[in-house]
Formats: sequence, C-alpha cells, structure tokens
Amino acid sequence: MENLTSAEEVKPPNTQKGLIRWLKDNLFSTWYNTLLTCVGVVFLYFLLKGLLTWVFVQAQWEVIPANLQIFMIGAYPIEQVWRIWIVLCTLALLLGLSAGIWKGLVLRISTAIAGVGLIFLLVPLDIVKTIDTEPATLEFNINIINLIFVKRRWLLGCLALLFGSFFIVRNKNVLKKWIIGGWILSFPWTMIMLHGFGENTVSTTNWGGLLLTLLLAAVGIVACFPLGVLLALGRRSKLPAISWVSTIYIETVRGVPLVTILFMGSVILPLFMPGDFQLDKVIRAMVALTLFSAAYMAENVRGGLQAIPQGQVEAAQAVGLTYPKTTLFIVLPQALRAVIPAIVGQFIALFKDTSLVAIIGLQDLFGITRSVLANWQGRQPEVYLFIAIIYFVFCYAMSYVSQEIEADLGVGKH
Amino acid sequence: MHHAPNTMAQNTTNIPFWRDIRFLKVFLQVIFLIGIILLSVFLYSNMSGKLSRQGKQLDLSFLTEEAGFEIAEGIDFDPSESYLKAFWVGVVNTIRISIIGIVCATIIGFLFGIARLSSNWLIRKIASVYVECFRNIPLLLQIVFWYVIILLLPVVGRSINFYDSIFINNRGVYIPSLEVTTGLKPWLWSLLAGIILAIIVVLGLAAFRYFFRFRELQQIERPSFIPNIIFGAKWVAAPIFLIVAIAGWFLTSEVPFELSRPELQGFNFVGGINLSPEFTAGLIGLAVYTSAFIAEVVRSGIQAVVKGQREAARSVGLKESQVLRLVVVPQAIPVIVPPLTSQYLNLAKNSSLLVYIGFPELFGIGETMMNQTGQDVLIFAMIMVSYLIMSLTTSAFMNWYNRRITRIGR
Repeated sequence: MENLTSAEEVKPPNTQKGLIRWLKDNLFSTWYNTLLTCVGVVFLYFLLKGLLTWVFVQAQWEVIPANLQIFMIGAYPIEQVWRIWIVLCTLALLLGLSAGIWKGLVLRISTAIAGVGLIFLLVPLDIVKTIDTEPATLEFNINIINLIFVKRRWLLGCLALLFGSFFIVRNKNVLKKWIIGGWILSFPWTMIMLHGFGENTVSTTNWGGLLLTLLLAAVGIVACFPLGVLLALGRRSKLPAISWVSTIYIETVRGVPLVTILFMGSVILPLFMPGDFQLDKVIRAMVALTLFSAAYMAENVRGGLQAIPQGQVEAAQAVGLTYPKTTLFIVLPQALRAVIPAIVGQFIALFKDTSLVAIIGLQDLFGITRSVLANWQGRQPEVYLFIAIIYFVFCYAMSYVSQEIEADLGVGKH
Repeated sequence: MHHAPNTMAQNTTNIPFWRDIRFLKVFLQVIFLIGIILLSVFLYSNMSGKLSRQGKQLDLSFLTEEAGFEIAEGIDFDPSESYLKAFWVGVVNTIRISIIGIVCATIIGFLFGIARLSSNWLIRKIASVYVECFRNIPLLLQIVFWYVIILLLPVVGRSINFYDSIFINNRGVYIPSLEVTTGLKPWLWSLLAGIILAIIVVLGLAAFRYFFRFRELQQIERPSFIPNIIFGAKWVAAPIFLIVAIAGWFLTSEVPFELSRPELQGFNFVGGINLSPEFTAGLIGLAVYTSAFIAEVVRSGIQAVVKGQREAARSVGLKESQVLRLVVVPQAIPVIVPPLTSQYLNLAKNSSLLVYIGFPELFGIGETMMNQTGQDVLIFAMIMVSYLIMSLTTSAFMNWYNRRITRIGR
C-alpha cells in the first residue's frame, strides 16, 4: 500500500533529449559499450580509409564504361537491341496498368522503378565517358533534347507507357483479369521477342550479361511453379505411391548442389533425349534451373498448405466440392497467398544462384566477366566489385519488397 | 432411423467400381507408377542407344584403373593410384573444407547475430551492414573475389608477416602447426595410465559411498549407483586425470608436441601448414557467406524468445548472465537448430562451387574423371550419391541433436 501512495513522489522519467542523450543511450551506456564503440570507430576508420583510397585513387574504373553494354546484354547484337526495349516497354505497360488497379504495394514498387528510370533518363551518365576520353573539348551545354529524345527515346517511351497506362486505367477494376492474363502472356512474348524470327533471329548463344541472369532467374521461378505445386500436393497426398515419388524427388534435388543439377542439364540430359533431338545450352540451363527450383518451390508451397486449417477442406467437402475443386478454389489460393514472401525469398536465392551457370560456360552477368577480363588484365577487383554492386542492388531491393509484401499480407499477424 | 444402415450398405454395393473410392485410389496409383516406369524406360533406352552409338557402355571397372592425374591438395595421392582413390580424395577434400567452414561460419555467425542485438548502436549497424552485404552477393562471386585478392598479394619474398608465425602471400597462408615428436608415445602411455587410475578411483569411491552412506542414511529404497559415478567423475576423476596428464607432459624426456613455424628457406616456406590460395579463398567465401545467414538465424532465434520470459526471469532476481544462460538460450536453441542445420547443409553443398577456382573437391575431381574415362553417367551418379549421403547424415545428426536439445529445453 505504501508503494502505491508514494507513487506521486517518483521522479518523472528523464525527458532530456538531443544528441548528447542519444549518444549516451546508444553508444556509451556502460563501460564495455564505450570500449566497443571506440574499437568500432577505429575499425571503421581503417576500413573506410583503405576502401575509399582504393576506390578513388588506386582503382582504374575505365573498364566499366568501356564494357557496360557487354555487362548488360552480353553479345546481343546492337542492331537488335530494340527487341529488348520492346520487352521492357511491354513490362512497363503491364506494371503501369497493375499499379493503376491494385494500388498499394504495386503502386509503391512501380513508383520506385519509375524513379530509377527517371534518374537514368535525366542524369547525363554519358558525361563520365566524355571526361575520360576527351577532357579538353568537354562541352558543358549538353544538348538535353538530343540526349533525352534521341539517345534515350526508348527509356522515355517506357516511362511514358508506365505513367500513361497508370493514369488511364486508374480504378477500372473490371480489367483485373485481363491484366493477369497479360502478365502470363508476357512470358512467352518476352521469349519470342528476344529470340526473334526469320532472318533477325538472335541465337541464345548471344544472350548474356544481366539480361541472361534476369531471364534465367525469371524462367526458373515461373516455370517451376506448376511442377512445384504438383509436387507439394503429391507429397501431402494420401496415396502412398504418389507421395513417395514426390518425396524422393524433392529430397534428392534438395540434397545435392545446384552445380550437379546444372551439370546434369548440360551433359547428362542430352543423353536422355530421343534421337537427334537437341536443346541448346541456354534452354538446358533453364530446364536444370526449373527442375532444381521446383523442389524448393514444393517445400515452400507445402508450408503454405500446412498452414491451412483442416476446417477449410472439410467445409469445402461438406458443400460437395470434389478434390480437384477443393484444391483449386479453396486450398491453393489461400496457401499461395501465404507463401508469397517465401517465393520472393526463393527468387532472390535463385537470382544469386544463376551465377553458377558460369561453371557450365554460359555468359551471364558473372560468366561474362571472364571474357571482359581477358582484354583487361588485372582489373578483376574493379569488375567484380561492379557486378557485386549490381547483384546487391537487385537482391536488396527484392528483399525489401518481400518485407513490404509480408507487412501487406499480414503474414504472421493472424 | 433403423433403415439407414441398410440403405447405406445397399448404396455401397450398388456403386459401380469406376466410382468406388477404394478402387480409384489403387487405380490412380497404378496408373501413376506405370507412367513413371514408362518414362524411366523411355529415358533409359534413349541413353543406352546413344551410348552404344558412341561405343561406350556402363561399366564400373574403370574405377580400379590407373588415374594418371595429379591432385594438388588433400590426402597423399599418386597419379598411379586408382580412380576410386582419386574420387575418395575428392570426398575427403569436400568433407574437410565443409567441416572447417562450418566451424568458422558458426563462430562468425553467432558473433554477428549477437552483435545485431547489441545495445550499442554502432555495433548493431556494423553487424547489419555485414549481414546485408555478404548475403546479397552471390557466393561464387565472393569466392572468386577472394581468390583474385589472394593472387594479387605480394610474392613470397615480401610476405605479409604476423609476429613471424603467420605469413600471407600469393601462394596462400602459412600458419604454424603442431608437430609430433618422439615424446608423444610415452605421453600417450601416461594418459592411458591416468584414465585407468581415474576409473579405478571413481569406481572405488562410488562403491564406498554406495555401501556406507546407504547404511548410514537407512534409506528404504536402494539408491541408484549412477549418481555416485557421475559425482566421482566430475570432482575426482577429472582432476586425477589432469594431474597425471600434466605430470606425464613434463616427465617425458621430450615434449610430445612441437610448434613448427613456417620459415623462409630459399624461394619458399618450410614447416608449418600451407593453406593453398584455392583453399583459403574457398574457406573465406564459404564461411563469410554462410555466417551472414547464420547471424540472421541466431538473431531471429533469440528474438523468438518472448519478452515476458526475460522480464519474468529478471523479476525473480536472476542476474543478467543467468537470464541469458538459464532462460533465453535454452529456449532460443530449439528455434535456432533446424534453420542452422539447413545452413550447414547449404555450406556443404556450396563447397562444390570451389570447382570454379580449381580446388580439387568432389565435383571437380569427378569432372576430371569424366573427361578422362567418358563414363559420365556413372561418375555423375557417384557424385550425386556422395552428396546425398553427406546431406542425409548431417541432417540425421542434426535432427537427433535437435530432439535431444528440445527435450532438455522444454
């Protein structure tokens, strides 16, 4: 009782604010924290000093602008680059449409993408090249119109489509189904567009760089989806034959490294093909990546399936739905919604793992460094750091998006 | 009401067999299995057709033939030895780098995982930058990066020197090693003597306590013999053993182990252990990459312990160290172990990436063997099976450990 009555005498909490307070709380709260802070500062000083000296003084960065095109698209012929731009325009259009209809997270993502696009559009990155090659004749009054409307007309087009489609379809929810269909169709469309037909065919051996990396990762995650869902359902099946076969497949693939699966795709798979049937290198890598990620996808989906209360299935059966209908309309929609963050995580892992195709001789973003470095001896640290930054930016952005999705779906809050 | 069972029975008998669920279940599985078998037969016939056209056949006899290639690293191997031995060297190399990598990654990962929860802002930030950096860059790129860095290091003559015992140069890292001397044998005997002495003393003590204190206390129930042994082992046997071991160390004519430091002689180092550039780069890459994931596992494991648990522990008067040791860690470990297992498995599987920088591990040696013998399918199967055995053993062990820890923890 005494304690209760003396409550008024308790001193008010310390409301002191500002820098000193923050420093005291976060850096110097105890003697060992002070010590840790000092050690940390010294460590950071030497690390940053070494790193910055190297980046700004020792490193010779001209290898990057000189090979930028190779890093981005590999040996893709420059006169066919419009195909890639058309694909990008299609994706921009679809993104704009989705942003207009779904709002929320999609809108935020597309805003970010549009922002990056705008930066590339407006910041004269070409100037870097000019400084290096001809410092004396550098013209400061760059012809903006020329730069934006001629040199970057495709990028401008993409952005225009993104913004335009967003404002046109805003709140027209009837279009939802069409847009989902559009996304599904965009996949074969991308492939056909990139490959071309007739005289203008671009052989897959010329696909490379970031383009190939993104393509492999996208194919891996999209194509593995049906197989992964089937395997997940199969593993949970009450029919022993089906569940055993699914389990064996999943555990075998998960038990061996991706390198072996890729190797199987490039060396063993052709042996199993009938007659003279030949698949080219890139397709074989795609098949291997699909078979590989299907096992992981199956495990993710299984996690989602397990999260669904049994009552949902029972209720569906009670109203007379058959097994396929229960699965398709009741179970899967809920399960897949719950595993979207896990799928994004898998996509990030797959995106990083595509670098392994370099081992079987493909020219992806990592594999292409070998041919670049052949002409630029001793520039390895610069080149590797540059592509490391590209990988980092993509992975970090995607993991950020995955966190946002998680927050949006409220996974883990129920 | 009592008609119902009858009608039910009639219904079941009337159902045509193609709609009978019992029949359908069997039928579906048979169809499925037939499909799988047909697919396998189709693939197999394609393969054997192609192989016979190339004039090859599946034959394991090549394993006993002479390998004829050198292996730069691992247990001693002579080119005149068999392919099987070469494959074994690869297996051992994979296991070796995996185990060393797992140990390093665990230590670094736990440090950074705990650092991410530090009350110190700077330490927290450094840890999260570390984690985000290294887990968002492909492992292969990291390994190659470290490899290139090592190759760009100074030459042997100008090695980076740490207290004259660790040398780093473009041929890798040279560290001191423990060399066995002739004094080892007598010392091992003294160890054995110590163990025997300790066992005798413990048994004697336990027997003494058992017979005398049992009478003394006049217990109705016969007390178990085992607690006495554990008591004796902890407080009597361990000190006895230690005393004998230390005495043996000093009494033997020569110290059993000798620190061998690498020394520059001519153009290379002699003594110590040389970690090759491939091994070092691979180890750094694997350990650093995996440690970033382990740090996240540890962080989320510790955060999974409900806040109320800590507060309750504090409120009953436990010290901060006791809160950690008795309340937080026992509850965090069961959460940490399963994802930690999958990280260990990932590390072991990722060691196959070292093939890119020429480290002779399982996959790399397998590839060389394929190029030499042309037995792609069989060697590929051997590689797969080896990895599967490693994965399954590791996960079996970790599952066992997990069950044990979960029983203790809850």
